[in-house]
Amino acid sequence: MEIATREFKRCTVVEVSGRIDSATAPELAAVLKELTDKGKYDLVLDMSDVDFISSAGLRVLIDTQKTCQRMNRGRLVLADVAEPIYEAFDLAGFVALFDFYEGQLEAVGSF
Amino acid sequence: MCSEQKRVFSARYESLEAIDAFVANAAECAGFDRCTVYQVQLAVDEACSNIIEHAYGGEDRGVIECSHRIQDGELTIVLRDYGQPFNPAVVPEPDIEAGLEDRPEGGLGLYFIRNIMDEVVFEFDPVTGNVLTLVKRQGNIC
Repeated sequence: MEIATREFKRCTVVEVSGRIDSATAPELAAVLKELTDKGKYDLVLDMSDVDFISSAGLRVLIDTQKTCQRMNRGRLVLADVAEPIYEAFDLAGFVALFDFYEGQLEAVGSF
Repeated sequence: MCSEQKRVFSARYESLEAIDAFVANAAECAGFDRCTVYQVQLAVDEACSNIIEHAYGGEDRGVIECSHRIQDGELTIVLRDYGQPFNPAVVPEPDIEAGLEDRPEGGLGLYFIRNIMDEVVFEFDPVTGNVLTLVKRQGNIC
């Protein structure tokens, strides 16, 4: 898994590639926590290059969304989620908890 | 390459990627579409993560034996470990309709396994180890 962050005027984009599983989820959690600790609560997770995400990764997304949405101060949105991953999100009841965008540009434009 | 039917992996999180590749190859050999292949990958990843975390109580304390069989379009995956037995009945179903603040932390892995696979059988034996048999039939998801 590789992670890159890009700052935009109204939000921060986190680009992840590879697998988010029990081995790598802690690293993603650390990057996202570093952002929210700096007061960055408007986040786009670009998942265009994510091959796989397990429940360990989903827990990181839920925790981050809770932190972002506290006191209505922001939100975590997801961009370019591959169909098999979206199916798993749907099965987990995650579709109601996140806004999904087709691409990074649309996601950034939503802020 | 569809002939390799059994492999033994170290029970550590770094092995998950190799286990994933092993079962994805099996699911592709069974002729599954990409969403069904992904579902098999997800169920097996969750099962192996549970073995490492709960059966062995941490990394590098044993092995995970993974084997598969393809017959009549049906994929059977068998995972064996030699850790503590695990009673799936004590794990509550997560409330997947709960709002964000009420979402439970755990239970999602077992939920995925139960809801993705067509058959899920846990067997426990102090001599021959814990055996989880997972069966998936061809779906038509994507």
